Amino acid sequence: MDLTLKVWRQNGPNDKGRIETYPVSGVSPDMSFLEMMDMLNDQIIRDGGDPVAFDHDCREGICGMCSMFINGEAHGPNRGVTTCQLHMRSFKDGDTITIEPWRASAFPVLKDLAVDRSAFDRVIQAGGYISVNTSGETLDANAIPVPKAQADEAFNAATCIGCGACVATCKNASAMLFVSAKVSQFALLPQGQPERATRVQRMVDQMDKEGFGNCTNTGACAVECPKGIDLSNIARMNRDFLSASASEE
Amino acid sequence: MSNTGILKSSLAKKYVMALTGLFLCLFLAGHLAGNLQLILKTGEAGQQAFNEYAEFMTTFPLVKLLSYLTYASVLFHVIDGIVLSMQNRKARPVGYVKENGAANAKWSSRNMGILGTIILVFLVSHMQTFWYKMHFGAMPIHNGLKDLHTVVVEFFSPDNSIGLIAVVGYVLAQAALAFHLSHGFQSGFQSLGVRHAKYTPVIEKAGMAFALLVPALFAAIPVFLYITQL
Repeated sequence: MDLTLKVWRQNGPNDKGRIETYPVSGVSPDMSFLEMMDMLNDQIIRDGGDPVAFDHDCREGICGMCSMFINGEAHGPNRGVTTCQLHMRSFKDGDTITIEPWRASAFPVLKDLAVDRSAFDRVIQAGGYISVNTSGETLDANAIPVPKAQADEAFNAATCIGCGACVATCKNASAMLFVSAKVSQFALLPQGQPERATRVQRMVDQMDKEGFGNCTNTGACAVECPKGIDLSNIARMNRDFLSASASEE
Repeated sequence: MSNTGILKSSLAKKYVMALTGLFLCLFLAGHLAGNLQLILKTGEAGQQAFNEYAEFMTTFPLVKLLSYLTYASVLFHVIDGIVLSMQNRKARPVGYVKENGAANAKWSSRNMGILGTIILVFLVSHMQTFWYKMHFGAMPIHNGLKDLHTVVVEFFSPDNSIGLIAVVGYVLAQAALAFHLSHGFQSGFQSLGVRHAKYTPVIEKAGMAFALLVPALFAAIPVFLYITQL
């Protein structure tokens, strides 16, 4: 396959950045998108240039590191996959592919396609945990009965890998899907109940402080989410935040 | 607990948007029921019925209270919408070169601000034409009542130099309202956290029906008045 890549290049956080065009040829349809990017970088290095910086880690679709906005969509045109699980057979010979970093003031560009997603870490630090005493005799988690449907839903919320596709996709750069998944995975389980009210308030506060946008309920985040996190999590967070704020003393 | 307080939080702004929006849906239903008096009865009886309705709407204390609630809702809905839009713009200072929004969200949900602005422009012109005249302007009198019926009928008339423009503008504004409601109705419930596997599909269908029916009936009235006066 022969392709034309239009790639966002930016030397550092303060550089203005621009789109640069690279022709690549001999791309195999069996390559993953990241392997194709490796090929591009190999070509750039051979030509004596600076390779394109992009995030990646496991390349198995489970870590959430890869983060490209491909042809106007987070992780490209396919559903339920991260960029590393997107294969070149999803494109046609002769295609022009535009590749950009996640765009949000809360996710500043570090270099080229790599952005700083530590805003998500700070949201988790604000309340995305349960406080348990781990010294001495800990309770067996399985000793607490949890209804199957509830456990499944909590697990579905917990599959969020924090890749940031929801923020990148949202026209408002809102982090509601991510934060609501992290709120829900605890709100649905008995172990999450003692801190349920303070957790949702702290995490929403931190989300706002990081400068993410507001939710317009377009639903684009759920469509583009590689893990299929759904909008019922956002409704649950809206509900929990309302009741936590109303009952606060 | 909350460091920034509920009133400053992004979620609270959405609660305000949802509550005022859903209240305005109730207002629309009430307003439509009144407007239908214009075409349900014709001639003298229709004129009398509509003018009595207009008199009732401007004088009955409970309705007056509801009208103040409506003005406040419009005001808060607009201001809140502007604040939210400004924050959203700030959240993405550098946009995408290529963005395929149509791939993952409905057009109406991505353009609520533009649709709302069209509705606001319509609202200002609409209130200036009828509401302001009814409350503060010089009105013709019929059977001792302010004759709003004649004012409306003569406004949407081929004899009025801007009659056709008014009808077309009215219909276009109702189309914008239809798109605004098609997203806004069900979105309001989601913002308030009302979501349930069994009931949400019902809310979505009801919202779609409301979004189609209410603006269509509103738009039918000036069209009917204009055509019957040709």
